[in-house]
Order: sequence, then C-alpha cells, then structure tokens
Amino acid sequence: MTYTFGLDTFGDRNSDADGKPLSHAQTIRNVVEEGVFAEQAGVDFFGIGEHHTDYFPMPAGDVVLAAIAARTERIRLGSAVTVLSSDDPVRVFQRYSTLNAVSGGRAEVILGRGSSIESFPLFGYDLADYEELFEEKAELFAELLKGGRVTWEGKTRPPLLNQDVVPHLESGPLPVWIGVGGNPQSVIRAARLGFSLALAIIGGPPARFAPYSQLFRQALEKFGRPPLPVLVHSPGHVAATDEQAKAEFWPRWLEIIALISEERGFALPTEESFERETGPHGALYVGSPESVAQKIATNLRALDATRFDLKYGMPGLTHDQLMTNIELYGRQVIPRVRELLS
Amino acid sequence: MGELSRLAVLGAGHVGPVIARLAIRAGYPVDIATSGDPEDIALITELIIPGARPRWASDAVADAGIVVLAIPLHRFGNIDPARLDGKLVVDAMNYWPASDGVLEAFEGRGSSEVVARRLAGSAVVKAFNHIGYHELEDRARPAGAPDRRAAGVAGDDPAAVATIADLADRIGYDPVRLESLRAGRVLQPGGPVFGVVLTRPDFELAVREEQRQRSLV
Repeated sequence: MTYTFGLDTFGDRNSDADGKPLSHAQTIRNVVEEGVFAEQAGVDFFGIGEHHTDYFPMPAGDVVLAAIAARTERIRLGSAVTVLSSDDPVRVFQRYSTLNAVSGGRAEVILGRGSSIESFPLFGYDLADYEELFEEKAELFAELLKGGRVTWEGKTRPPLLNQDVVPHLESGPLPVWIGVGGNPQSVIRAARLGFSLALAIIGGPPARFAPYSQLFRQALEKFGRPPLPVLVHSPGHVAATDEQAKAEFWPRWLEIIALISEERGFALPTEESFERETGPHGALYVGSPESVAQKIATNLRALDATRFDLKYGMPGLTHDQLMTNIELYGRQVIPRVRELLS
Repeated sequence: MGELSRLAVLGAGHVGPVIARLAIRAGYPVDIATSGDPEDIALITELIIPGARPRWASDAVADAGIVVLAIPLHRFGNIDPARLDGKLVVDAMNYWPASDGVLEAFEGRGSSEVVARRLAGSAVVKAFNHIGYHELEDRARPAGAPDRRAAGVAGDDPAAVATIADLADRIGYDPVRLESLRAGRVLQPGGPVFGVVLTRPDFELAVREEQRQRSLV
C-alpha cells in the first residue's frame, strides 16, 4: 500500500513574535516559503484552501501555488478546497490546467465548500442554492476533465457548444477529489462523477467515518468505476512536545472559533472539548511528532484511507512556529506513520 | 410498556442518518426518506443506517407515529402540510442564515414557530437541532451516566413534548422540557446552547441566564 501525506493551509494570517498580525501580503509570501520548505522536508502534497476573510486572506491560492511550483520539483500542488459553487468550472479548469502546465503535471483539485461561506455574497450567489450549484458545476467540471471539445447546457452558467477549453491537459485528467463533511449523499455523488473522496474531519471521532469509505467503494462499484483513493483532511499542529503543541495551538484556536462563532451563532468550545478533540478519539492532531503519527496511522487504518492531509497553522501563529510544524511533520511524523503502517 | 412508535426520518444528509441510527439503537422502527426515489438511498441506508428502511416519503410518513424533519430549511416549503396532518413532527432544522443564506419568512422569528404555523394540523416539537450532527452520536450515554448530556425539547403540546422527551432519553440524552416553541428559541443558532453539548445542570443554567437577560431588556 502506498501512502501519501500532505499539508493544507487557508493562508492563516501570521503574527510576529510579539503577537502583532502580519500583513496579508507578508502572510502570502510566508505561505510560498512554507510550500517550498514542505518539499524539502519530505511532504508529498501542498494544498491551499480558498477563503476570503481578514484572518484567511487566501482567495487566489492557485497563484500562490504557481509561485511554489516555480521553486519546487516534486511536491504535488492543489486546492484544499476550491469553492466550486461560487466559481466558474471553466475558470477553475483553466487555472488548474495552467498550474499543471507550470508545475510539469503536479496539479490536483479538491472541490467542495469547506466551511467557507464568504464567497457566496461576494460573488452574488445565494447560499440556499448551494446544492444545486455544486451538483451542476461538478458535472461540468467532470466533462471538462475528459479533454476534447465540450458541449454543455445548464442553469448556472452560459451553455458551451463544441467548445475547446484551453490549456489542454498533457497527460490525462488531473486528480480531483470531492471534500465531504458528513453528508452520505455527497459520497455517492463523488463516486457517480468518478472523483476521489476527501473526508474533511474537523470535529468528533474520526472512526465514525469508516462506513463512508465503504459506501464510497461500493458506490464506485455500482457505477462501474475503478477503485479510487480516500483522503483524510484534519486540522492540527505539531511541536516538540504535546504540551508545547497544545499551548501554542489552543489560544489561537479559541480565538478563531470565537470569531467564527460570533459570525455564525454557535457557542464557544471549552477546554474540556479541546481535550477531547486532541485526545486519541478526537479530530484535532495537536501534539508531539509521536502522538500525531500514532493518531494518523490509527485513523488511516480505521478509515481505509491512503492519504492524510494535515491542515496546519491557525491565525495568530508565527511563521517560525509553522516552519517547525512543517519540519517535524515532514521529517518525523511522515516517516513514523509509514513505519507504523508497514 | 407498548411498542415504540415508528419514526419517519425525512432527510438523508448530515443529520437524518445520525438521528435514524440513534433511534434504531434505542429500539425504534425507522423509515428514512428523501424527496426522491428510495432506490437512490438504498446503499446509504444499508451501509450507514443499517436496520432502517428506505421508502418514499409519503409512505414513510403515512406509517409513522413520529416524523423527523431533517432537511435543509429552505426545502421545507416543498413539504405538503396535508400529509403531516395529525402527526407528531420533530423539527430538527435550523434557520442559520450565516451558513445557509437568508430566508425572509424566518427572519426575526422562532423557526419552529414558523414551521408549526404552516403545519397547522401537526403537533410540532423542536428537538435535536442544537447538538452538532458530528457530536450527537458520540455524546449519547445511557441514563444515569455521569457525563450524560442534555437535549432541549420544546413544544406547545405537552403530550407531544413528553413523547419526544422520552425519545431523547432513550437515545441517550437528559431531556430538558421547554414549555412552548417560543421558549424553544433558546435552542436556535445564536442561543446559549447551540453548538455546545452541556450536562443538564449547565444546560438549565444557560437557559435560565438567557431568559433572565431577555426579561431585563
């Protein structure tokens, strides 16, 4: 079994050592350095999630990925996620086939919603239409990936008539995943469209998703498709010791959840809930390299998945803390997980 | 003790399957339905909700003693109120504009009160909306467990509230009854217990504190 390991970021706005927030521009330049360093540390994939906020100033991750591509040779690069419902599938295809060209065939796309909602009002979409938009646009995206001229008609964008969409892919479709947060009907959709399954597990016990992998495999069979991989995406933070990782992560996590909870009206997490989530049965991978490696290995096995992407960082952490996280993840966690799984 | 009522869970998205699984484990017979063909959710039912029957919504509702609404609120308008006449309906939906967009009919109101007004022939109970779908199953505990959590159960019909309080208890939560759908507004997004899973004393404290603050303004 071949396992691969990625890092994802939302462009979480960095602070300096005194806790003062860095500019959006400096944060973006830091993300480029982090992506380049991820390759040196031995990470297989670097993903950037689309967000449009002051604390995640990262609406154009593909541009940042192109900068990383120019300075790397091996690491695969992709979105994590692209908010397809509020985008144009033709544009998404063009941006990532361009990234694929620039990087010599290293581009991937993860489609989904993430927890992102800001792009809907920004681009004039209604959140209530989310499902319909996603369904139709994902189908068009699947058509575009096949290559060749596309004829398509729907409700969410102008029709395409025998349209040549460039740049052409050099060597077949990009790896495309659909991010799923717990809706089994999204699992069926991924299988129907022939996209791989990315399980976004950000709260609660990861093992509860095991039936989703099984559902995905059986649905692929039902639709007459070949087997496709399953990926697990979860947030976390790696530092030298469990105590240090938690001490660095918790206040930043609480801060960002407080911001989001005010926007969305849910109550604040308690330290007890943080302990649950960072414990062996929770969804946060916060700890020493050994603790994080054990947890990743356990959950990859439980979920019958072959890729793990750690969403590293949190707004307010420093670039140095993130570089240490990347180094420990690449040089210690990944080899240790491979050892545990072999 | 008679047989437990049959549940019709409408919705096979994030929330419906979780409630269905908990109810099956507690011994309830459960049917699950979407707006479409049961064949479309046959595989989901078999693997994610073993023990439930996938059915057409109209058949599931006709045979059910308790109907659970676990669909996105913006699709609620597609439900024919006449089909739910005489039924006990659990409203597990939320009006959550920050996450799902603005719906004018629900602005500034208690969402379950709007639901109940449209389902005039049903007894509507608000429950299971305030605990995240990713936690609902994990936090369930048998009666008497020291870390058992509370679930709010609100409604205007005391007999219906009692039935759903019993359901909440059987699936693993200490029911906290609220005497009306209006009082059930404390369970909504922005309220003190939305998205946190509290023990009964903490839950009751949070609700009382909210009611006290409201009476001050």
